[in-house]
Amino acid sequence: MGVKNLAATKGDGELIESPPVRKIDSSEKEKNKHQRRFKILLFILPLGLFLSLTLSVMLGPVTIDMVTVWKIVLSNIPYIGDGVTAYWSTAQQNIIWELRFPRALLGGIVGAGLAIAGVGIQALVRNSLADPYILGVSSGASVGATLVILFGALQFFGQYALSIAAFLGAFLSVVFVYTFARVGGQISTIRLLLAGIAISMILGAVTNVIVLSAPEEEGIRSAMYWMMGSLAGANWTVLPIPATAVVLVFAFLLYQSRTLNLILMGEDTAATLGINVDAFRKLLIVVTSLLTGVLVAVSGAIGFVGLMIPHMIRLLVGSDHKRVLPISALFGAVFMIWADIVARLVVAPEELPIGVVTALCGGPFFIWLLRRSSYSFGGR
Amino acid sequence: MGITVEGISASIQEKKIISDIHLRVKPGQFVGLIGPNGSGKSTLLKSIYRINKPDCGKITLDSENLYEISAKKTAQKMAVVSQESQHTFEFSVMEIVLMGRAPHKKMMETDTVEDMRIAEEALEKVGLESYGDRLISTLSGGEKQRVMVARALAQQAKYLVLDEPTNHLDIHHQLQLMDLVKKLNITVIAALHDLNIASVYCDHIYVLNQGQLAVAGQPEEVLTETILQEIFRVNTHIIQHPITGKTHITFLSDAAPAIKRHEEVYI
Repeated sequence: MGVKNLAATKGDGELIESPPVRKIDSSEKEKNKHQRRFKILLFILPLGLFLSLTLSVMLGPVTIDMVTVWKIVLSNIPYIGDGVTAYWSTAQQNIIWELRFPRALLGGIVGAGLAIAGVGIQALVRNSLADPYILGVSSGASVGATLVILFGALQFFGQYALSIAAFLGAFLSVVFVYTFARVGGQISTIRLLLAGIAISMILGAVTNVIVLSAPEEEGIRSAMYWMMGSLAGANWTVLPIPATAVVLVFAFLLYQSRTLNLILMGEDTAATLGINVDAFRKLLIVVTSLLTGVLVAVSGAIGFVGLMIPHMIRLLVGSDHKRVLPISALFGAVFMIWADIVARLVVAPEELPIGVVTALCGGPFFIWLLRRSSYSFGGR
Repeated sequence: MGITVEGISASIQEKKIISDIHLRVKPGQFVGLIGPNGSGKSTLLKSIYRINKPDCGKITLDSENLYEISAKKTAQKMAVVSQESQHTFEFSVMEIVLMGRAPHKKMMETDTVEDMRIAEEALEKVGLESYGDRLISTLSGGEKQRVMVARALAQQAKYLVLDEPTNHLDIHHQLQLMDLVKKLNITVIAALHDLNIASVYCDHIYVLNQGQLAVAGQPEEVLTETILQEIFRVNTHIIQHPITGKTHITFLSDAAPAIKRHEEVYI
């Protein structure tokens, strides 16, 4: 045998098969990374949400321990609550059940809602600068809200006056923006953005006039406070409407996640892949605006959340809306609950407007994101 | 059967771009659309792939009026590859190819094993079988365009519309893409910039000029010195290429004028 067999042989001369080598290049890991992170986050975030909710209810001027917190909560749930013996004071019961718990829940709902509204609106305009307020929602709501706060408009709606006025303002401004952006039956993205900016500017000016002509100092303060966003108005009667809106819109967007993905590829591409782009975009405008309107009505215009969270989540799990939507909703909820904790505790017993907190946390984070060369922000 | 365009006129923002165009793509044909800048090639194609509805006239797809069937049904029959598009959001190659399955899907339906198989086959056909998990932004221009072709293949459409698909590609990738499309043996209508490429790949060529159909026919009938002079305003020398046997165009310009007379060349 002149030629040596290069393959290793066992004692009996049988060839040992080398295991098949599978090459994994770096970008393959990249994609797997997106899916792996999605699974991890889908597991961690609900836990995080539970813990954040608990902490948010525990912390405050009067700290109440975790066990008592959940026992009080359980005792208030029909059927389950019957087996829990009350050992806490009525004051504790009131603080937990009437004040902190609905407030934490509202934070979660608003955070989740703003995050998914942001995802929807960024897909709609394919622009990374878009946030849920880009179509003038917050400025329209501000006009309505300041009219109620300063001049007592719509008093016959009682405690709902503020929410209803804010929602009407938001809704009207979107109708204006939509009408102005429509040329020959079609909506162009750039017109939509510019009309949104123009209407926001006009309504912002109107709000300023209303505030300046306010009869009393105190009202101006609470109007300013409202405009910067706050969860202080939370109670059980406030919760059902935003909760329903968030659940419905989330279900709708998830249901349409394939279409949202196609829209991100560009209008023409989506159309050639069988999407009725115009009809879908109109639907998307209506759905995201209604959701944002409902949220602004209960919490004021809380900035940065709807802009920042979709970016962060895309960075973590890629652009597929099947992954982006659930993670954004969960993360938005957790983020907002923490922002509210900070807002309540930092200058206690006073409170910071939550919008101040989200901007102060969100701004630097966004700048950090901006400096990362590997993230394109959906641009070039 | 096939695609027919009957007397359409179309405009962009009230300005008339093309008028009274008649055209026919028979099953199995590779039809080319050439013409100078602004002649309306793209507008005509956009009317054919439903982006720009014509003002008048009729387009049929397999004898059905194109604008009366749904966008989804159209997408099941017709796939489009256009100029390199901007991919502003990050998707993996496989996710993009699977988007080609969208016209065959109900709203909430997830991608099945069958869809995965079709997408993998499509990637294999364009020679990118190992690229499924790569992110689209990490690919070169030529690779991206091949992904777009793979997406069109995953659509399993009978008709393929190419809207100047090789615009940003170097010559190697241009030929590679055109060879790939030609090999697929499906019905193609393509707007092309490069006349020599049109000559090599097309069975039939329509020439547009100032929004109107100037002339149509087989490459050797259409690509003549007189017609190119008249429509593209260039001087050319056209031969049947000795190696390929195809009509070959050499462009004459100030830097490369004709220094010999025609007769001398053939001696």
